[in-house]
Amino acid sequence: MYRGVMIIGEQRGGELHPVTYELLARGRALADKLSEELSCVVLGHDMERFAEGIIQRGADVVYIVDNPLLRNFLPRPYTSVLTRLAKEVKPEIVLAAATTQGRTIMPLVAAKLDTGLTADCTGLDIDPLDRSLLQTRPAIGGNVMATIKTPASRPQMATVRPKSTKPLSADKARSGRVVLKSYEKDMFTTCEELVRFVKDATQDVNVQDADIVVSGGKGLKTRDNFCMIEELASLFGAAVGATRDVVDLGWVGYPHQIGLSGKTVSPKLYIALGLSGSVQHLAGMQTSETIVAINKDPDAQIFKVADFGIVGDLFDVVPELIEKLKERKNGKLRREG
Amino acid sequence: MNIYVLLKQVPGTSDVKMDEETGTMIRTEHKNVINPLDENALAEAIRLRDVMPEAKVTAISMGPPHAQKALREAIALGADEAVLLSHRGFGGSDTLATSKALAKALVTLAGGKLGKNDLVLCGERATDGETGQVGPMVSAILDVPVVTYVRKIDCENHAIVAERVVEEGLELIKASLPAVVTVIKDINQPGFPTLSGKLKAKSREIPVITPLDLGLSSDDVGLQGSPTRVVKVFRPRLSRDTIMCRQDSAGTAVDNLISFLEERGVV
Repeated sequence: MYRGVMIIGEQRGGELHPVTYELLARGRALADKLSEELSCVVLGHDMERFAEGIIQRGADVVYIVDNPLLRNFLPRPYTSVLTRLAKEVKPEIVLAAATTQGRTIMPLVAAKLDTGLTADCTGLDIDPLDRSLLQTRPAIGGNVMATIKTPASRPQMATVRPKSTKPLSADKARSGRVVLKSYEKDMFTTCEELVRFVKDATQDVNVQDADIVVSGGKGLKTRDNFCMIEELASLFGAAVGATRDVVDLGWVGYPHQIGLSGKTVSPKLYIALGLSGSVQHLAGMQTSETIVAINKDPDAQIFKVADFGIVGDLFDVVPELIEKLKERKNGKLRREG
Repeated sequence: MNIYVLLKQVPGTSDVKMDEETGTMIRTEHKNVINPLDENALAEAIRLRDVMPEAKVTAISMGPPHAQKALREAIALGADEAVLLSHRGFGGSDTLATSKALAKALVTLAGGKLGKNDLVLCGERATDGETGQVGPMVSAILDVPVVTYVRKIDCENHAIVAERVVEEGLELIKASLPAVVTVIKDINQPGFPTLSGKLKAKSREIPVITPLDLGLSSDDVGLQGSPTRVVKVFRPRLSRDTIMCRQDSAGTAVDNLISFLEERGVV
């Protein structure tokens, strides 16, 4: 009998990544609808210190698998441990984040458990008729949404798009159990090895983690003009995004590319400058909370998904916007000073 | 060394229809292309083959009969061999059923087991489904290592060293062969078909493999072999109530924008 909801906590470099709290909020809502327990699994070394915070943010049970060999994410040992744990605990639902880690480990575990997996869900709910998981995700480049079920196989597995849920605030009164699991040595054997990790400074502002993204397209005309986008982004404390054209021209690196062949983002604010809004680009940003577009062409597709549009020459509008935002900032500082 | 490239034929635009009844995609012969990241995988396979003595590149696809067009293109681009998994029975396969069929095909082509120097390459995701699940699932079924999100591959004896791009940086991963590697766009710039490649592609027979050839029953593949079901397809609310302004010399448009952003609490 499969019961309860399990989320896979995300550990990066020995720290619990905050996307775990988003998963806890998702998992809590589903567990409450099912009147079942929510558990959270954390793999790594010296991770027990995070258990209390995980319970405060919604978990009833925390499974800690502690081993120095789990310090870094490696597919083989992570798959062995998670597959074994899922077989022991038998959750009816397993969720992980749709990050490079989650999108790698979940297909591996799903294949080992011979069950279904839905990628990159933006909506999760329980079907009141049969208590099954309704997994909703953008399909065909975000032009339609598809709701997917796993009727006969258990557990029902899904990865959840980061930034699609607000974490619950920590409730110090919540209580839960911490279960330390240990396994025999051969569970941790691996045929992959992390030789080294190089932190990439240019990825410090991850477009997918950013609350605000300022994006530019070919309409900027030159690399020098693209600096305008960077200046505006820094004023907003935003990440810089770009269309495929701009990345192909080499103005910015691939990690900044938004769209079908790049990253999908849904920030609180998306500012689109000098880009017309190809279907491919729209697919990567149309779920943003608020969209602002500035473009010369009143018929540009980008205005169809925008909340606020300015038809005009961006070489006039953007410098004016930068100027006024600076004034506003200084004015604020003066008032506060 | 055998290098296998899993490639998917995808619609050239995102103009795809969906079968409202089964929730699966309707693929027509219209403007289909090799999934762009699979093209990177193929280019990488060709690059590795060209520096490795006696290496061979085999392109594998699963899809309707017209997917052989993508495989011919792969040969024109430099693949040595190509095989197509195609049969009504495969139709409607989800990622798990697809992975089972592809894994079985790989084992069959390799003569029972992947060799100690064999490598399976594919794109990190396809532009139509965007799940990125087939590569890792194939590796799990074959019980071989997988390295995802790779932008550089170096082959050593019985092993690869790969650069894996993650959220905060770059991992250098060493994995033993055989292995599955999923690549991202940064890995290379795909080339163009050569004249000799085009000629080869024209005359080349592309073997078609059915579930029966792989010893798979109807329970293993297609809709029946797929644990997931699409139960509803709907259009998201796309149109927003757009406030439109026209730029003017008085700067009203920018002032309006700033007050709009203040109202929304984003500045």
